[in-house]
Amino acid sequence: MLNFSKINVLIIYILFIFIAVFSFLNLQNDNNQLVNKKINLGLDLQGGSYLLLEINSDSLVKEKIQSKVIPIKKLLKENEINYKNFKINDDNLLLSIDNLEKFDLLFNSRKDNIVNPYIDNYRSYELYYTKINNNQIKISFSKFGLLTINNSALKQSIEIVRRRIDDVGTKEPTILQRGEKRILVELPGLKDPERIKALLGKTAQLNFRLVSDNNEFGTDELISENGEKLNISKRIIMSGENLIDAQPSIQNQNNEPTVSFTLDRLGAQKFGRATTDNVGKRLAIVLDGEIVSAPNINEPITSGNGMISGNFTFQEATDLALLLRSGALPTPLIVVEERTVGPDLGEDSIKSGITSLIVGFILVILFMLYKYKIFGLIANTALIANLLMLTGILTILEATLTLPGIAGIILTVGMAVDANVLIFERIREELKTEKSIIHAFDSGYARAKITVLDANITTLIAAIILFAFGSGPVKGFAITLGIGIITTLFTAYFLARHLTSLVVLNTKNKEINI
Amino acid sequence: MTNYNFSSKFKHANIFSVILFLISIILIAFKGLNYGIDFKGGTLIELRSNNTEASSIRDVLKNMNLGDVNVKKFGKEGDFLIKVEQKGDNNKLIPEIKKNLSDSLNTDVNFRRVENVGPKVSAELLQSGIIAISLSLAAMLFYIWVRFEWQFSIGSIIALFHDVIITLGIFSLLALEINLSIIAAVLTIVGYSMNDTVVIYDRIRENLGKFHKLDIKDIANLSINETLARTIITSVTTLLALFSIFILGGEILRGFSFAMILGVLVGTYSSIFVASPILKYFKVSYKTIEKEEEKIVP
Repeated sequence: MLNFSKINVLIIYILFIFIAVFSFLNLQNDNNQLVNKKINLGLDLQGGSYLLLEINSDSLVKEKIQSKVIPIKKLLKENEINYKNFKINDDNLLLSIDNLEKFDLLFNSRKDNIVNPYIDNYRSYELYYTKINNNQIKISFSKFGLLTINNSALKQSIEIVRRRIDDVGTKEPTILQRGEKRILVELPGLKDPERIKALLGKTAQLNFRLVSDNNEFGTDELISENGEKLNISKRIIMSGENLIDAQPSIQNQNNEPTVSFTLDRLGAQKFGRATTDNVGKRLAIVLDGEIVSAPNINEPITSGNGMISGNFTFQEATDLALLLRSGALPTPLIVVEERTVGPDLGEDSIKSGITSLIVGFILVILFMLYKYKIFGLIANTALIANLLMLTGILTILEATLTLPGIAGIILTVGMAVDANVLIFERIREELKTEKSIIHAFDSGYARAKITVLDANITTLIAAIILFAFGSGPVKGFAITLGIGIITTLFTAYFLARHLTSLVVLNTKNKEINI
Repeated sequence: MTNYNFSSKFKHANIFSVILFLISIILIAFKGLNYGIDFKGGTLIELRSNNTEASSIRDVLKNMNLGDVNVKKFGKEGDFLIKVEQKGDNNKLIPEIKKNLSDSLNTDVNFRRVENVGPKVSAELLQSGIIAISLSLAAMLFYIWVRFEWQFSIGSIIALFHDVIITLGIFSLLALEINLSIIAAVLTIVGYSMNDTVVIYDRIRENLGKFHKLDIKDIANLSINETLARTIITSVTTLLALFSIFILGGEILRGFSFAMILGVLVGTYSSIFVASPILKYFKVSYKTIEKEEEKIVP
């Protein structure tokens, strides 16, 4: 075990130097980088905000099932199937029909089925029905129909979240899908996420509706910005979809912040027609079910440009413009998890993390020197090499270092010497029975090998499981702990062994104290 | 090499362990664990504000009807940790609390950390924590079963349960908070304790092959003594690193490093006084490992 061929020694040191060199990349100046690789600091160290958002597609399902009512009724009428007791529930429709066989044939037909399309990807229809009794049936979305609604809502939400966050202008945000219902947002460096949370918390469904007592489409009683109760027609003249731009502006007359908007061609047409037909009436601008303002229509607006006023502060006008520009979210987003760390706490954490690392490191080094003298020096050299390789690999992987991650490194320092301790203790034992010192070292290394492997694999298993199930900062701990074990094995079995062989072979058979 | 008579103390040590284990189970079952917001849901706010007292913060929050509110000093003078038990998702809560505190305390308030975990997420985190610990125990059991005989497997897993339960029992006794980093600590303890046990088991297996005439009790004793220097040195270096985190690593890592320190102590103890005696109870002898011997590379 002490004989190294020259080529082996070369490979060991080249590999070590190659990996260790990467750890120095972290010392580079940000503006002048040779190789663009670096260990990233986790949000808990650099400060920032982590948000986990969840979509709730219940309201969307309700909306979608309602949109099926007219097509279904039409289908029944066209095919002369009589129905009665049509009832709309939250996520299903109930009705009684007289010709179930005919209905089944139409409902589950793959060709040109507008009512109940066949989703090829999932090999399933969008809807399904169950028989409740003789002629009453319940129609609801199939599992895959729901999945389609959910997935498209999630995709759309991610897109809009991205637009809103980009618009605010935070640096290097991370926006990712997490599971089937969630969006992960990481905002490094952000001290106060409240504005972003407020922006993401609004669906921003904008509607233009007339103030009217006319009951043709039904009305909603809403409270205006001035506290009046107004009856607002349910008919939507135009919605936010037709907006192509929105900007905050200051109205010259009274310095009031407003939002000016530009409509697309279709929107301009709709808006022009409605304002022409309803001069003198009031138009309510409704955002997420609340009236922003309800001005009088003084003259037809056909240019496709308009302005929304509503006692805004400039910040509110800016945010409203941003929301309108980015488009409406398909469903409300709920913040289900939030972790925000201020930059000063992050700095404190780095300081205390590094301090405890240095102190722990020095304590271990002194202890090893005291315990094993010259071989302690070897173990310590291996330990330093170990740390260099560990940070080198973290750099190559561009891993994220968290506070628990630093704890993992410190723990690696404490546990890494174990491999060398096992070997040295074994050699001590061998020296008692073995006359040749070289033989004793040789068999010491050989016998300890299995134990060292067994012992480290157990910790590696724990680290892997932690990596798989841990979240956020804890994952950082698993990464440093796991990589630390691998670098420990390398440094103990190759580097330290080679250094030991140099010492042992050069002292020949003189007394060796271990 | 030392020559302590460990095996003569096995019986007493085991009675001691069983008592500790049972007390821990009773504590966990009846006193319960002090789950942090990671597992219970709620809001945590760490703030720094000079010229203020925990009681005035408490007064401000009391007027907000937030349910269970806990305010305590956290590390340095002027640092406070607020925990608010909160029902349901309420995204407006945090800005409200921040505003009320900033307005009412009449001094600069620096919100250093804000965490909020909804009830659904906390339930999931708890579940994945439990799965992770169970899975790691199962993986260890499997690994030892592959590498050793089943008696060793059972012995090591009992030692692991012993360590995990007693560590959690002490956490329950001291009402220390269980959060995500404690789960990480428990998993690391599992790894460390296993590591310690494996080293002794390896030696027991080797000695069983060498000394056919010795009783398992004496083999265990011999093996523990032979590896004792290593056991102590590794525990010392690991504890040096851990104490360094515990004392200098800041408030956030304190719970984690404390759990690890407990775990290393209990784990070291259990490798000697729990894992080894169990082999005796299973009447392990050189015959047990005969088949296994062939697999061992010299």
